[in-house]
Amino acid sequence: MEIIKELAGTSLTLKLSGRLDTVAAADFDRQLDEMLNGVEALTLDCTDLAYVASSGLRTFLKAQKRMNKQGHMVLRHVNEAVKEVLSMTGFDDLLTIEK
Amino acid sequence: MADELRVEAAVENLSAVTAFVTAPLAVLHCTQKERFQIELVTEEIFVNIASYAYPASSGSVVIERRTMTDPPALCLTFRDSGIPYDPLQQEPPDLTLELKDRPIGGLGVFLVREIVDEMRYEYRDGQNVLTLTKIIRPDST
Repeated sequence: MEIIKELAGTSLTLKLSGRLDTVAAADFDRQLDEMLNGVEALTLDCTDLAYVASSGLRTFLKAQKRMNKQGHMVLRHVNEAVKEVLSMTGFDDLLTIEK
Repeated sequence: MADELRVEAAVENLSAVTAFVTAPLAVLHCTQKERFQIELVTEEIFVNIASYAYPASSGSVVIERRTMTDPPALCLTFRDSGIPYDPLQQEPPDLTLELKDRPIGGLGVFLVREIVDEMRYEYRDGQNVLTLTKIIRPDST
């Protein structure tokens, strides 16, 4: 998975493209640990995110839990296939998903 | 038609496993969504085996892939010689829990059960044998 990072003040946008599989999720998790320092608004732009597995959901969940303490987080432009995995697991109620 | 792949049960082999499983999908005329679901199921099961089957050593997994035509279906069998583990015995996660109470984990097997049409487990000759069948419905959306 590729991550394009845009930081404006305390707002961080991460444009995710490709596959958030188990290997990518472990890597993303580690990167987020550091990237979220001082961030109050996190946007995950999922326009080009083609695939997510349960490990990726765990990464989203972990980021959401952390952002609840320091600000907020939204997922944008989630495609149908990814959205279906989110709804099958009830994650669509736990995460903020915007069009 | 049946083919087999034997790999070391290690997460690094995930892309090789996915490539093997999805190779015949074009012939089955599956939809993009079905491809996604088959990749997901494969990943969840393989990663579980890679993470838990061989806690003290390394070991291998044999994946058998069969395509069927009537109805069109993909049948996958995962065999490992690791610790006995029946995913069908795993309690489903509570999807109604609030964020703060959500345990991190337990979702993979749940997703597999939601997606496949049949899931069978046996412990036979010292091996975990898990067979998944996914019917391909090219007209489904």
